[in-house]
Amino acid sequence: MPDKPKVAFYWCASCGGCEEAVLELDEKLLDVAAAVDIVFWPVALDFKRKDVEALPDKAILASFVNGAVRTSEQEEMAHLMRRKSQVLIAFGSCAQLGGIPGLANLFRREDILSAVYFDPPSMVNPDHVLPTVFSRSNGDKLELPVFQDRVRALDQVVDVDYYIPGCPPKPKIVWSAVETLLGATLPPKGAVLAPERALCDECPRKDTKPEKLSFTEFKRPHQVIADETICLLAQGLICMGPATRGGCDAPCIQGNMPCTGCGGPTPHVRDQGAKMLSALASLIEAKEPEEIERTLATIPDPVGSFYRYSLPASLLQAARSEQNRAA
Amino acid sequence: MLNRRTIPPEVPGGAFEPRIIAFFCNWCTYLAADLAGTSRMKYAPNIRVIRLMCSGRVDPQFVLKAFAEGADGVLIGGCHPGDCHYQEGNYKTLRRYLLLKRMLVQMGIEEDRFRLEWISAAEADHLRVAVNDMVEKVRALGPMNIEVVKSIQADAAGGELPELVPLTELSGGQEAPVHAR
Repeated sequence: MPDKPKVAFYWCASCGGCEEAVLELDEKLLDVAAAVDIVFWPVALDFKRKDVEALPDKAILASFVNGAVRTSEQEEMAHLMRRKSQVLIAFGSCAQLGGIPGLANLFRREDILSAVYFDPPSMVNPDHVLPTVFSRSNGDKLELPVFQDRVRALDQVVDVDYYIPGCPPKPKIVWSAVETLLGATLPPKGAVLAPERALCDECPRKDTKPEKLSFTEFKRPHQVIADETICLLAQGLICMGPATRGGCDAPCIQGNMPCTGCGGPTPHVRDQGAKMLSALASLIEAKEPEEIERTLATIPDPVGSFYRYSLPASLLQAARSEQNRAA
Repeated sequence: MLNRRTIPPEVPGGAFEPRIIAFFCNWCTYLAADLAGTSRMKYAPNIRVIRLMCSGRVDPQFVLKAFAEGADGVLIGGCHPGDCHYQEGNYKTLRRYLLLKRMLVQMGIEEDRFRLEWISAAEADHLRVAVNDMVEKVRALGPMNIEVVKSIQADAAGGELPELVPLTELSGGQEAPVHAR
């Protein structure tokens, strides 16, 4: 029997939701497993890093890597998966754009370590001990990965061929991406394997979006009980639908929660947060600076609202990554 | 590739000269700059003017890209409120400007690096004063450094933070326990 194509899954800085997204394929997963040979999948199968290292370069047809890159171990694994794979796919928001872990880039590394190891009221650490890369315990030398300065998206670390968006990617998108990859012709390199229209286009409440939206204040989901039938923007909630790639069938809207933007930017948009900011701000009703500021004060965390999944990939932060790489 | 070399410094190897990208609307502020020129007014040569039909054309992405490619400041110039050639464009600019400014501050970029001015076609002197003032403020701030992430915690603690030993320095085989101080 000829060798089946080899496929691998790996996770970097992620929550595990992307792994469940693979399992969400349900019985289709059996078709995938029948068609391919899964050679590496730490969450489900007992293959080790050395098994991957033992493979010839480019031996894996496709690797699906989820999660952002924060530690030296994740960076090493990203390079290893790249070297061993013909096609490397950034799976999910964190790998594509940096994801929620990427919001940590608003804080310096030192602040994060301090917040975790020194500041919590439940922490007793009078000697200010921090995790170190090398330490010794009972005569054994132990090694931990380096906690790097910043969170990066996968393509800020290695070359990436395709992207599957979502937090986590919806089964429909994953399955259609798999079919595309197994098809006769591969899409152009760098393609995002999901529909191109903004979420509003497929929103079940599309018809209730008023001709002209206008805001005097923005509301957060915990402050209102939203009407289950009317456009959430029309109710003053920040719904990222206009600036977010759809294809997910709007499960959040169906759960009466606004879109938070996990689908990433629509095609030809470089910076999702800037686009959403632009759209929303221009619809504020006030014309006087003081009044506008009063409306804006109802958005307590602009970066967290507009870049919830895309901060490391944003124009400003990506420039920092380029500087780092050039240095 | 994006890098700050895209906009060459004024004096290579010399003192810091701010590089400011100025988006001026076709109907008011650009004409003010034109008037300043024909009137032989002198003002700081640190702005690079990009003419747009309306200040409302300034996509926040333009501002972010200017900063990302090495601008030390971004200035937007438009018609006075009520005077927009397209009626409402400058109001949209004002709202976007105020929100973008909040976001830039959250990302650690100083407020004085981003400025909006209403300058009519007749106000060449206003343009001169605004540009000179902005150049001096940005000069005082120094070069734009997008590496610096402003420490919210350090602000809250009045700048007092424990000195930490960078982990990278510890990776040379140092044995635990290592104390930060």
